[in-house]
Amino acid sequence: MNLTRRKTLALGGAAALAALLPKGAAAATSEEWIAEFTGGADMADSGLELTAPEIAENGNTVPIEVSAPGASEILVLATGNPTPGVAKFTFGALAASQYASTRIRLAGTQDVVAIAKLADGTFAKASKTVKVTIGGCGG
Amino acid sequence: MADGVKPRVKVPSKAAAGEAITIKTLISHPMESGQRKDSSGNVIPRSIINRFTCEFNGESVIDITMEPAISTNPYFEFEATVPEAGEFKFTWYDDDGSVYEDSKKIEIG
Repeated sequence: MNLTRRKTLALGGAAALAALLPKGAAAATSEEWIAEFTGGADMADSGLELTAPEIAENGNTVPIEVSAPGASEILVLATGNPTPGVAKFTFGALAASQYASTRIRLAGTQDVVAIAKLADGTFAKASKTVKVTIGGCGG
Repeated sequence: MADGVKPRVKVPSKAAAGEAITIKTLISHPMESGQRKDSSGNVIPRSIINRFTCEFNGESVIDITMEPAISTNPYFEFEATVPEAGEFKFTWYDDDGSVYEDSKKIEIG
């Protein structure tokens, strides 16, 4: 590929724009994530279980479990991370239980929030404070 | 494609019809969050697996959307119902467009 001065400038411009875009996405707060998921609906306090350690020594890998019988979707957020999104679990017809376990990164001591969309269309929320000794987001 | 990506899946080889089994999956992947900086202060660009799906004979078991907050070497544990003999298909979708696949057969017995 021949890089003329004009092309190089155009490329640089595109790269600068691309670098700006993720910042826009990162501006989404956990409230916005929740609003997008629930559509502003009320959330019950029961029906969803979130298991996370009280103290995590290493924020790079914190084991969590979510379980919500009958739920179709579960959204997990880390409210204190630079980007609050963690994962969204969508359960299919062959899921034996609405349970999943994974490992997540936490930047520091914060609340981990899970929201489940239950079978009857209502939402349930659970949150848990995790104390993190060493944060897991680097730089 | 990120280097050294290797999926590992643990599925029992046999199950009773209709039984619920636990599936464990792990895939080696750096899951670069896009937040870290290298030694000269430049941001290391994000490179993660953004979606994982598990299907049994074409029917969905679980579909997970992943964000950068998922740890290096993403691990998932979940439960599936086995209505008949068949094959579990596991698919991971990378940010760069790569798709990693694995499958495991299961018998009724």
